Amino acid sequence: MKKHFMLTLLLVLALSGLAQAKTLKLAMDADPVSLDPHMQLSGGMLQYSHMVFDPLVRWTKETTIEGRLADKWERLDDKTVRFHLKKGVKFHSGNELTADDVVWTVNRLKESVDFKGIFEQFNSPLKVDKYTVDIVTKVPYPLLVSTATYIFPMDSKFYSGKDDKGMDKAAINKTGYSFANDNLSGTGKYMVSERQQGVKVVFEAFPGYWDKQSPGNVDKIILTPIKNDATRVAALLSGDVDFIMPVPPQDMDRIEKSDSVKLVTMSGTRIITLQLNQNRVEAFKNPKVRQAIVYAINNAGIAEKLMKGRATVGAQNSPKGYAGHNPDLTPRYDLKKAKQLMKEAGYENGFEVSMVAPNNRYVNDEKIAEAAASMLGKIGIKVNLKTMPKAQYWDQFDLQVADIQMIGWHSDTEDTGNFFEFLLMCPNKETGYGQYNSGNYCNQEVDSLALKVQAETDEVKRTAMLQKMEKIAYDEAAFVPLHWQDLSWAGKNNLGIEAIVNVMNFPYFGDLVIK
Amino acid sequence: MIAFMIRRLFQALIVIFIISVIGFAIKQSVGDPVRELTGISVSEEERDEFREKLGLNDPWFVQYGRFFGDAIQGDLGTSFFYKRPATEVILEKAPATLELVLVSSLIILFFSVPLGVFSAIKPDSLFSRALMGSSIVGVSIPVFLTAIMMVYLFSIKLGWLPSFGRGELVMLGGWGTGLLTVDGWLHILMPSIALSSIMLPLFIRLIRSEMMEVLESEYIKYAWAKGLSHRRVWFVHAFKNTLLPVITVGGVQLGVTIAFTILTETVFQWQGLGFMFMEAVERSDAPLLVAYLMFVGIVMVGVNTIVDLIYGLVNPTIRIAGVK
Repeated sequence: MKKHFMLTLLLVLALSGLAQAKTLKLAMDADPVSLDPHMQLSGGMLQYSHMVFDPLVRWTKETTIEGRLADKWERLDDKTVRFHLKKGVKFHSGNELTADDVVWTVNRLKESVDFKGIFEQFNSPLKVDKYTVDIVTKVPYPLLVSTATYIFPMDSKFYSGKDDKGMDKAAINKTGYSFANDNLSGTGKYMVSERQQGVKVVFEAFPGYWDKQSPGNVDKIILTPIKNDATRVAALLSGDVDFIMPVPPQDMDRIEKSDSVKLVTMSGTRIITLQLNQNRVEAFKNPKVRQAIVYAINNAGIAEKLMKGRATVGAQNSPKGYAGHNPDLTPRYDLKKAKQLMKEAGYENGFEVSMVAPNNRYVNDEKIAEAAASMLGKIGIKVNLKTMPKAQYWDQFDLQVADIQMIGWHSDTEDTGNFFEFLLMCPNKETGYGQYNSGNYCNQEVDSLALKVQAETDEVKRTAMLQKMEKIAYDEAAFVPLHWQDLSWAGKNNLGIEAIVNVMNFPYFGDLVIK
Repeated sequence: MIAFMIRRLFQALIVIFIISVIGFAIKQSVGDPVRELTGISVSEEERDEFREKLGLNDPWFVQYGRFFGDAIQGDLGTSFFYKRPATEVILEKAPATLELVLVSSLIILFFSVPLGVFSAIKPDSLFSRALMGSSIVGVSIPVFLTAIMMVYLFSIKLGWLPSFGRGELVMLGGWGTGLLTVDGWLHILMPSIALSSIMLPLFIRLIRSEMMEVLESEYIKYAWAKGLSHRRVWFVHAFKNTLLPVITVGGVQLGVTIAFTILTETVFQWQGLGFMFMEAVERSDAPLLVAYLMFVGIVMVGVNTIVDLIYGLVNPTIRIAGVK
């Protein structure tokens, strides 16, 4: 017996020797702003969360949902979904994951300034037994399971109590010290072994990681933030790093041509739009003028030429794959028709408007704005364009300083409804709807549909309503859709990048295979 | 001497006070930190509440008063992004920048003096002409372009030098130095050359023209007439007097070099003050911005004081005039 054991041990050692430690040198444009996943809701923080935590469920490449810490789940009624947790999952601290941690985490999310919006519909979850938890919403909520992609259970024992400064370990602090900003215990494949903010983060594989099925073979990830686009690309081409994201569009061709590295792109879900402010410009109240503007802007041309084909031209908010994506809506560019519409609306001689756009927020944002402005010139609309850095832009956007304003939007829920709630519902300070609707588009039918879909759990009916909303916005030219930016990653040829990336732009590094 | 130092200290305090006021006045216009700190879908009210909590809704002078009260106790505020005291962040980032400036100053010193002197003594030689021609080119090419071209050539094409970062660091107390490892030196080479690429040609030209002017002066003619050796005339009599304006310009330029590090550090992802400043502007990290401006102010005043002292050592007439 003992002999057998020794033999097995030797075999295991030999095998693990073969599968030697692999290190990934990763360069992103920024590093995590905190170790606390609830400190800020941003793409970067979610990418980080997927490395050191695991969600209950997560999106797959095909925008379906797969279980992670939840083995399976079933809807009990239109307000409740029961999640069955995997057994034997260990946190980095050694504590075992239980239903208590899920309850604790959701309650903490409801306290987070950034996440409370998403979890507003949620009640405190109910623990059924050690490995079963019911997640309950206040009203019927069709997006309950997809919202569970935001629930990365935290180690409630680790994060409870007082730290050595006498402060509550659970506290969330955006601008100063908190225990959770500097300490970490998740269920994820990686632990943070070293961190110098803004310089580097070293992730090391957690030996007790639960997911033995994962093909991932990376034991160590050294994340270096490289802000400058050219430097990031140079670091990859010179072999100083193995993987970069995002890839600047101007360098994509070069990376594609290179033999030692490869480029992976995917159509993204962030729609870039222009909003036409009806409160500031009388003419924009006329749907014909708005249509004329949509017809005048050659968004296919912008996607093709300016974005060098690295964008998907859009005619609506929802990208393909979203329930609300309406396949009947196609891009419209027809200068003749645009002029005709202007004439019909009585603005044959055009008018003058102002426009603002950021110059460092979206890919090529400034150039896109310039192109759109000159295209509008062709139907007699003179545009005075002003662009500014994003640090100043959003205040100006909120103040609605210009007649046409640019905004790009990604739906946090990966659902069509979100676009309408923020961008197209009638602005209302009390409810918070239409928070970024600087076009002041307001249509009662769209509003009532948008509210109805929030509670509609019948998927067929819901999809029909969402597509109808897109259709109305399209017909009324509620806004000017431009394109969805492509997502991009690049790395050495021996990395299995394709398998770990997805339309959410959360690369699942735990599953990365280095050959 | 002591009176001079006290006066300087007093001046420094005034400078720092003015910088802090200006820094405070402009921090409003670099953008809204709350925007940076919250997700995009956070509601207006939440944001306002948060702004209130940070005291950003108070009038300008109230905010400044609060800042001033803390500042005289040595607390320049907490960086929003780093979530640590701003002074701590600056002290942590300073070694990177200081090492970069040091190495690049050494490069400037070792190359500009011999080259400048040579081209002044032999202005008609082919080498001098070529040097003058290429120095014009050197001055005209922006630092970031030089930097990117160097990365392209030495990192991507030849693969000799690392393209970014500081490499392996050795901690000496609180000072993380890259000057004690081979890897660190490989990393500092390109950034420091890029940083010196503007100043080096400038200094060669400056030394050359000053030296030529001195060589024309009466006392040099007298020295020649006296029959002194070439070596003595050039390197003792002429060169020493050439140094005066060079030291002044050098002192001022040292401050400018610290400012130039912003570009160099951005291209090379060099984790120093310039890079930190750039990011602080983008993130509207006001406390860090103000602290950085004050830090640079202190450095400038300090450098100028040292320059004045050296000046006195080199030229006794200044010392007599300066200390009344």
